[in-house]
Amino acid sequence: MNNLEDLKLREVRLRAPLTEDDIRSLEIGDVVFLDGVLFTGREGLYSQLFDLNLQPPVDIRSLSNVTFHCSPAVNELRPGEYHIPAVSATASFRFDKYIPLLFERYDVRVIIGKGGMQKEIYQSTFRKYGAVYLTTVGYGLGALYGRGIRSVKDVHWKEELGLAQAMWVLEVENLGPFLVECNAQGRSLFEMANAEINQRFEKLYAGLPQPKLKRLGEVTSPTCEVL
Amino acid sequence: MIAGSALYQTAVELNRRAAICIPEDARLAVGQLCQRETHSLSRYVLEQIMENYQVAVAEQRPMCADTGLPRFYAKVGNEAVVEGGMVGLEEAVRRATAEATAAIPIRPNRVHPLSRKDQNNNVGVHAPTVDYSFEPGVNWLELTVVHKGGLFGGDYRMLFPADGVAGLKRFLLDSISEFFRRGMSCQPLVVGVGIGGTKDVCVRLAKEAACLRIVGDRNPDPDIATLEEELLELGNSTGFGVMGLPGDGAILDVHIEIAYTHTGGMPIAIQHFCFAHRRATARIGADNSIEYRGNPCWFTPFYRRESISFQPA
Ligand code: SF4
Repeated sequence: MNNLEDLKLREVRLRAPLTEDDIRSLEIGDVVFLDGVLFTGREGLYSQLFDLNLQPPVDIRSLSNVTFHCSPAVNELRPGEYHIPAVSATASFRFDKYIPLLFERYDVRVIIGKGGMQKEIYQSTFRKYGAVYLTTVGYGLGALYGRGIRSVKDVHWKEELGLAQAMWVLEVENLGPFLVECNAQGRSLFEMANAEINQRFEKLYAGLPQPKLKRLGEVTSPTCEVL
Repeated sequence: MIAGSALYQTAVELNRRAAICIPEDARLAVGQLCQRETHSLSRYVLEQIMENYQVAVAEQRPMCADTGLPRFYAKVGNEAVVEGGMVGLEEAVRRATAEATAAIPIRPNRVHPLSRKDQNNNVGVHAPTVDYSFEPGVNWLELTVVHKGGLFGGDYRMLFPADGVAGLKRFLLDSISEFFRRGMSCQPLVVGVGIGGTKDVCVRLAKEAACLRIVGDRNPDPDIATLEEELLELGNSTGFGVMGLPGDGAILDVHIEIAYTHTGGMPIAIQHFCFAHRRATARIGADNSIEYRGNPCWFTPFYRRESISFQPA
């Protein structure tokens, strides 16, 4: 299958943590909704875990194998009591160096985020561990995803990392939609999209020369990715 | 006199409206794009975006949890008198930003760039900024707040006169290639283009063109207006839809602003304003009446003036 128009947009609802069978059953273009438990993480959490090598305040493996690259908009109703009206993902590509450790040490197998990751890491790491990448849709759909947050089960490293970067453990119900961007075999929706669009896109450059002044260290082919 | 309390309350409410309610011009434009879209996956995503706009208002949730960086634009009547002067205004919007951060809530996004310290209230050094312009002959003040996501979709290039319009077109396509793949810019979006001035001025104009002009607005200079339409067509013929998926185009509008520049150069900046198009404006009268307005009307004849003295049309 090479044409994105052939994708089925099959809706699936799964419980987090996901089983190996759940993960292997996911196909590119599936639309996923989740129930269960997941935790959030981004540069702050990864820096604590992997740059500073700190012990996490909770056994991550016992929580969930699903993590969400995001920081929620949090309302602290009373000390220790939180409401999350909205949540949207942050771009995942910049966390690539931490992913092998996240899979290896903490058995994470599902990454939810924005925009997918580099194809090298899909091939080297996602395939190896049989992990999948689910991308949020559109991206700025904070209200829609906020609906799926049932409760805040816990929050860790809040003082150290602040509200936006803290590790939030969330109980979710019908949280979605997410699109399967990378399946357990390392195939990628965005790679397919790029291949399809590039053929046409390059033609628009006819008669538009490179700028007179170049800059060092940049890609110059319009069909390359800047990641 | 415009009271500090009116400014404060208006600024809190503007933050709330911006975070939650999509402006009508952007909602209509995204709706039209959705109806035109012939690719099923892109269309599915656009439908979810429309649904999110609706859920945000119905359930009073921020439309995007990345509530961006709040910034203010004050268009101050030349005859306006503000309690505490501009120092009072700045304090009112800072207090309002801290209050709105906790009350709406909007995410405490603003951190120290090196230590990463977060005061958890979106206030800090140069945060939030207030940009000013002036309106001759009136005694009201208009305040606009913009919450703009920050990481992708902006770029600057020093072009030269020899690069010309072809250079500009190439720059637009380059920025699409950079930021539309995977949907990093969260298209559909409005493209702001700043041409001329100095490096900082063209970047500022690009941002203001993207964030402070409504969809469908054209530059009053007919040549620039034509260029806006040309770039809109070019940008929508790339094959990129939302999320970098194949689609019929994901640009809602292109707005160009110019500034007189160095005789040897043509600096240019592009800024993408994502579909979480958070912008809200109010006019506060000398009697402290408050009127919420759909159009910030930031680019006034005075703001774009070319002559030494300003002559109203
Ligand atoms: S670019 Fe806009 S829509 Fe996307 S995550 Fe940032 S603020 Fe939200």
